[in-house]
Amino acid sequence: MKLKELEQLKNEGVDHISSIERRRFLKLGFLVTGVYLGGKALSLAPLTEAQAAEVVPPKGKYSYSPHYSMVIRERLCINCELCVEACNGTNDVPSYGYRTDILERRRAIVDDKYETIFMPVLCNHCNRPPCVRVCPTTATWKDETTGIVKMNPGRCIGCKTCMTACPYNARYFKEEGRFVDKCNFCYDTLLSKGAKETACVTACPADVRVFGDLADTNSRVYELLHTPETLVWVLRPKTGALPNVYYTNA
Amino acid sequence: MNGVMDSILPRTGGLEPSTAKGINVALMFFGIFTLVGIGFGVHSLVVGHEHTFGVSREVPWGALIAAYVFFVVTSTGLCIVSSVGHVFGIENFEPIAKRAVYMSIVTIVAGFIVIAFEIENTWRMPVGNVVGANLSSNIWWMGTLYGAYLVFMIGEFILLQKDSHKKAAYFGLAGLISGIAAHSNLGAVFGLLNGRPFWHGPYMPIYFIASAALSGCVTIIFCTYIAHKVNKWQMSYDQEKAMQSVAKMAALTIAILIFFTIWKVIAGVAGHPPGKVLAMEALLNGPYSINFWVGEIAFGMLIPFIIILAVRAKNMGALFIASFCAILGIFAMRYDLVILGQVIPHYYGMDMVDYPTLFSYKPTLHELMVAASGLTFCLFFLFLGEKLFRGHVTESH
Repeated sequence: MKLKELEQLKNEGVDHISSIERRRFLKLGFLVTGVYLGGKALSLAPLTEAQAAEVVPPKGKYSYSPHYSMVIRERLCINCELCVEACNGTNDVPSYGYRTDILERRRAIVDDKYETIFMPVLCNHCNRPPCVRVCPTTATWKDETTGIVKMNPGRCIGCKTCMTACPYNARYFKEEGRFVDKCNFCYDTLLSKGAKETACVTACPADVRVFGDLADTNSRVYELLHTPETLVWVLRPKTGALPNVYYTNA
Repeated sequence: MNGVMDSILPRTGGLEPSTAKGINVALMFFGIFTLVGIGFGVHSLVVGHEHTFGVSREVPWGALIAAYVFFVVTSTGLCIVSSVGHVFGIENFEPIAKRAVYMSIVTIVAGFIVIAFEIENTWRMPVGNVVGANLSSNIWWMGTLYGAYLVFMIGEFILLQKDSHKKAAYFGLAGLISGIAAHSNLGAVFGLLNGRPFWHGPYMPIYFIASAALSGCVTIIFCTYIAHKVNKWQMSYDQEKAMQSVAKMAALTIAILIFFTIWKVIAGVAGHPPGKVLAMEALLNGPYSINFWVGEIAFGMLIPFIIILAVRAKNMGALFIASFCAILGIFAMRYDLVILGQVIPHYYGMDMVDYPTLFSYKPTLHELMVAASGLTFCLFFLFLGEKLFRGHVTESH
């Protein structure tokens, strides 16, 4: 329908408003909508620079210093759960919650047998953390120096969107303080006090968990991830979260 | 304040509200039930959700998020339906518009009440949302825009009561824009979560707007019919015409939703997309299949669609039944949408031992009572509104 024809139509009700006025207001409406959408697009744009699509970022492409990360040497895990105990004790984790856990997988092998694989899980301190994007009050954020995904308990409104957004089930609601709690690589309890390792790493008797600065080419994590002929993987890579917890059997 | 109220509340004109005792009893019942439901919510707030709600680490959003979505979808829908008459000047829709604006305010407030008890620390919101505003958060945009939306809709309603139709139309348009922006952001709250295959994609924001239109249509039919029935008002010719137009719009939106749903199912099953297909199986042939086939498909789409077509949108009683069925079905849609997105285990398909195929969630009495109090809140203010505003009749233009 042409606008001219529209203008000639009988006004059907709100007869105080002329077509021109209405159109002017609609334009304003579209402008406002454009600002909303533009704002949205701009707010998402910087995230695309986070990192390339590879599992392990190439040398020199680490966004933080120190770029804290953890390497899990999966085949060594015996499910003793000392890491979980140490984490709970160090970080005041209540009995109904956990910051780190060990999951069990079973794989068919030759001769009709099965092998059991223990898979430690924790917050992946993603480079593109979905939990951080969705938090309405920036109660959770990615630390600009260390890359650790941190929580400000006093700012958390308890909407639990971060829990829904996390691809790794790494968050739980801590009733005692009324906030969503999560692993922060023991930042407040150990790292900020000069410790070099997290509680779970120190407690592990099998040297499964290795923690360190990925940006430091002399670090053990760097070495493990860049050893020739080793396979390194992350959990749920297709979510695009770019995790900093790596798995290997080296 | 009295002066403002005097200019808003019509003393004469409109329809004479019934003084029947039954209406007062109903009002009292809805009022008390709402307060009891809020009491359940306050109890949960004090003792902690983990003791009273069915939500968990794995399924952090429960029936109250579904109820919240239900109410705000209805509110946005009512705003859309009212704007057809008030903002875009389609005369047929005018007789229902005032009631639609009023109920859009009531339903958004019901949504806010419900979400206030679902969020653990509501009191941290006013400061947190300003000091810590996160522009990449859909929840932040949704909350902020719905706040603006509420202001615009209240402004529109006051101006309509003052017969200031030109200014009211401006407010109506502002309400419509902020409502749709807010509502599509609510869809994006789900749609932009890459880790949740059932939700992820552009479908959610689009689906939310389309289903809002249906919600708005059937809710206004439901409310208008009940208002006339309980007050024993004869429906005017214009009002009946409006109901017919709205019913036709409802049929059209149902057709759109049927189309959406068919392709959602096909996209969820074809080629077995990882994660999504698990949700689809649960929906089509698993624990959520009754919700889906009986709730969503039969009540939400087919029954109302067939009724509206069968009576050619003319029989008011039939339209009321159709709208009631659709409202039930829409609630099932919201529930399935919210819960199903979360029950797919995070590490599906990795041969886990002692790991559920689907996470489970069951609403508790506390959750149901708070959700139901949202409904009784709406019914209370529907009945009260008819009394105070004398049938929301548009007197002049």
